[in-house]
Amino acid sequence: MSRQTNRGTENKKMNSELFTLTYGALVTQLCKDYENDEDVNKQLDKMGYNIGVRLIEDFLARSNVGRCHDFRETADVIAKVAFKMYLGITPSVTNWSPAGDEFSLILENNPLVDFVELPDNHSSLIYSNLLCGLLRGALEMVQMAIDVKFVQDTLKGDNVTEIRMKFIKRIEENLPAGEE
Amino acid sequence: MTVHNLYIFDRNGVCLHYSEWNRKKHAGISREQEYQLMYGMLFSIRSFVNKMSPVDLRDGFLSFQTSKYKLHYYETATGLKIVMNTDLGVGNIRDVLSQIYSTIFVELVVKNPLCNLNEPIQSELFRTKLDSFVRGLPFFSARAG
Repeated sequence: MSRQTNRGTENKKMNSELFTLTYGALVTQLCKDYENDEDVNKQLDKMGYNIGVRLIEDFLARSNVGRCHDFRETADVIAKVAFKMYLGITPSVTNWSPAGDEFSLILENNPLVDFVELPDNHSSLIYSNLLCGLLRGALEMVQMAIDVKFVQDTLKGDNVTEIRMKFIKRIEENLPAGEE
Repeated sequence: MTVHNLYIFDRNGVCLHYSEWNRKKHAGISREQEYQLMYGMLFSIRSFVNKMSPVDLRDGFLSFQTSKYKLHYYETATGLKIVMNTDLGVGNIRDVLSQIYSTIFVELVVKNPLCNLNEPIQSELFRTKLDSFVRGLPFFSARAG
């Protein structure tokens, strides 16, 4: 029991370079496997989604964050708790839409791209697209349907990296079919 | 004091895991029917509690008791539900249920890529750890009941 009992609170630190380089190798391989960047983007998103639906459980177990009551609270938790916990950075939350259903995460330094230079022939590749799928998958598990995309990227010459998050709807829980 | 049995349901009402320790009386219906009945009741209690509460709820439904047993309920933000039945002597065990979630379910099921997340848990390691965790609880006692 010893290993598992302590895991909840203890924070396993790991060299982020290993992660960054592994991610780089993954993207490189995908670029070899698929003919065009669109397909690579799609695969990264899909992989991210699959990670997100599991990562959310780890996050909830470790952070003791309960249900969020509004999207602003969600934004805060993502930026200040989740990004900090998994990537060691704290993006800023800005550009709220008047309706409060859209905001941006500004990443000053994206750890995924530490050693990357995008070659010219991959202009439509969204290098860190895994993050979009991840955010979407994780939030879907807490009943929020969200649209996530990169709107600025330092890899493409922008000053900052900006992820735009748009709230689509609350996913209602239903009684499974076959029950009255 | 004693622990009778434990159910884990996913957000869609699938019973991911069931185990029992000191259960003297059985429902007289199939396990599948019992899971459905249990989930249906939990679902109804949850919405009942939320609708009837005169103040804003934080945690929602926590437990109920009859003259003979007490049902403890724990739900995560992802909709995973852990239900444990004990005798009446057991107090609030939220921390125990949340520990089952964070140190056993997350570690041995969620982090095991071979465990499919929306079907009953097959992992033998999970079963063993859960069983020894519950048997080690201060209010677990096989002779009572």
